Amino acid sequence: MSKDIILKAESISKQYRLGQVGTGTLSHDLNRWWYRIRGKENPYLKIGDINDRSTKGTSDYVWALQDINFEVERGEVLGIIGKNGAGKSTLLKILSKVTAPTTGSIKSRGRIASLLEVGTGFNPELTGRENIFLNGAILGMTKKEITSKLDEIIDFSGCERYIDTPVKRYSSGMTVRLAFAVAAFLEPEILVIDEVLAVGDAEFQKKAIGKMQDISKGEGRTVLFVSHNMAAVKSLCTRGIVLEHGKVVFEGEIENVVSYYLGGDTNSMNFKTFGKEYDLPIFKLNEISLNNLGRSSDDVLRENEIINLNTRIDIKVKNAQRYHLTYHLYNEMGEAMFSFSNVESLALKYGTNKIVCNFPIYFLQSGQYFLSLFIVEDSRQAIFIEKDIIAFTVVDSGRELGTYMGREPGFIRPQFIWQHS
Amino acid sequence: MNKSENVSASWLFEITPKNKFFSLNLKEVWQYRDLLVLFVKRDIVTVYKQTVLGPLWYLIQPLFTSVTFTIIFNNVAGIDTGSVPPFLFNLAGITVWNYFTACLTGTSDTFRANAGIFGKVYFPRIITPLSIVISNLIKFGIQFLIFIVFYIYYYLQGAVINLNAAAFFFPVIIVLMGILGLGLGMFISSLVTKYRDFSNLIGFGVQLLMYLSAVVYPMALIQDKLPNYGWLVHYNPLAYIIETSRYMLLSVGNISFYGLLYTFIITIIIFFAGLLVFNKTEKSFIDTV
Repeated sequence: MSKDIILKAESISKQYRLGQVGTGTLSHDLNRWWYRIRGKENPYLKIGDINDRSTKGTSDYVWALQDINFEVERGEVLGIIGKNGAGKSTLLKILSKVTAPTTGSIKSRGRIASLLEVGTGFNPELTGRENIFLNGAILGMTKKEITSKLDEIIDFSGCERYIDTPVKRYSSGMTVRLAFAVAAFLEPEILVIDEVLAVGDAEFQKKAIGKMQDISKGEGRTVLFVSHNMAAVKSLCTRGIVLEHGKVVFEGEIENVVSYYLGGDTNSMNFKTFGKEYDLPIFKLNEISLNNLGRSSDDVLRENEIINLNTRIDIKVKNAQRYHLTYHLYNEMGEAMFSFSNVESLALKYGTNKIVCNFPIYFLQSGQYFLSLFIVEDSRQAIFIEKDIIAFTVVDSGRELGTYMGREPGFIRPQFIWQHS
Repeated sequence: MNKSENVSASWLFEITPKNKFFSLNLKEVWQYRDLLVLFVKRDIVTVYKQTVLGPLWYLIQPLFTSVTFTIIFNNVAGIDTGSVPPFLFNLAGITVWNYFTACLTGTSDTFRANAGIFGKVYFPRIITPLSIVISNLIKFGIQFLIFIVFYIYYYLQGAVINLNAAAFFFPVIIVLMGILGLGLGMFISSLVTKYRDFSNLIGFGVQLLMYLSAVVYPMALIQDKLPNYGWLVHYNPLAYIIETSRYMLLSVGNISFYGLLYTFIITIIIFFAGLLVFNKTEKSFIDTV
């Protein structure tokens, strides 16, 4: 009658200290130690902001996770989804014992092994075969277990010809194949998987997905699966939780979880209104927002629909056409992708301007982006520069399973016109 | 809720904010013994891959150091090594000393050097410093062979050297040296995760420490020449290990029971202190490293 709970998280929290670890650390350490000697609680546990990267907090400490509770039944495949910075990776790190929670505990009835990132611990000087043993042992297999599966692993990786060559001679694709092959033959009771699908070529991805389905469905293993990829989550998982700013905001059947994540995300950052912050003699910036065509900006941005960028700005001087907007778009790595402006295409007018610029379908791939705004006078001089004025996230929309699961290479993914000539 | 309460005794393990005070989880280390073996193998095999001389490099370093020391300290500075050939005297000291420094510098960088892999997967962290100590023991073995070769050479040349009955305990002394290096290394590696200052300290600290450890001179000499600073060497447990091992192998110097007892106690204290700090650090060092 009772459920067979294999893993249980009890009010897990994780606090991080922001800024540099430096001289201030020593004084905090000493202070903490002084409190402990007197039998008091750690004074820095009481403070700490919600982890929201985009707003400026008051405290040096943030809670990457706050009071996380969940239970996992044996044989269940639990999807953990959330935007960047929601705390997914922190949660996985705690589950895989890489770092300890600040408070709370996790109880488990089975061995946990994690595939946080494949290929960790590969030594470039050793051969493929030697690395299979080394990597397998790092992941917790015994030599006997590896030996018994060696042929299967080599076969699955498809690197047979190179197996006695040092790994440094491998192509990156081959390294990933070999690494995934080792990991796929792990046999822990609980397997933690993070975004391993976004590697390798399409053919290998299909193989990897198939193997994961075998693991979770065929062999009845308990799996915790973290991904941005809604298609993969939907097809693999039975239940899911949504994390937002370090808290569990939704929990339930996977269908409901995915639609919650794609739909009712009211805390979306795709919308920013300004009061007096940008009220200058020449202009007043009122609002920047993004939305999919035909949807509101409360909704998430899907990569397979047109994305509108709306700017609402009042120009307070008569010769408004002297001014134009330039945006610089950065990806989550902070790399500048491109800049775009209205200088050639649209003149600003005196008074209120509500202008829209749209990105074609798939032009922006799933991921997080940052926009910097420049207001330029006479196409010569920037009179206003604001870095990272708005951050937004584009989600993948759950493409059909079996098609390519990862991001395409490159920054953008333009849909060109193809025709028979 | 209550259903999991009454079976809570059967949890396999629990992840909590803190480790228990002393938890050298030997059972877990045993489970990962294959990993230990593979790490040792990796350390030995990969160091001199793509070199022409290969493992010969293990021998070149102590030989050249001994030659240099013999010229500087014995021929130029005139340190007296008694009836023992100065080269052999230095080679013995350097071989043993090298084992200590290799253990210390290797383990003191455990957390920082392995942050990448420690940040991805869990295995008992102690495996890494253990593997360093063991692989260095094997390197020590190789270097010790060259010592034996020269020992036989000098013996045939008619030098007055003879093995001591105490040489039977030489392995014990070496293990003690390894434990001391491991303990100190674990201690420092934990501090390095937060305060990088210590990794700078190690670099030149080890060099200076050598001069306080009776590597290039007999322990009695320092008492004789620098009576005011003799206590620096006198309270250095490493000096006793070096001096004792030389006594065992070459029958020079003194063996002091109280000195050895002192060394043993200090080693045990340092080792457990190192282990304690290491255990505390391994839980969350990844946030600060």
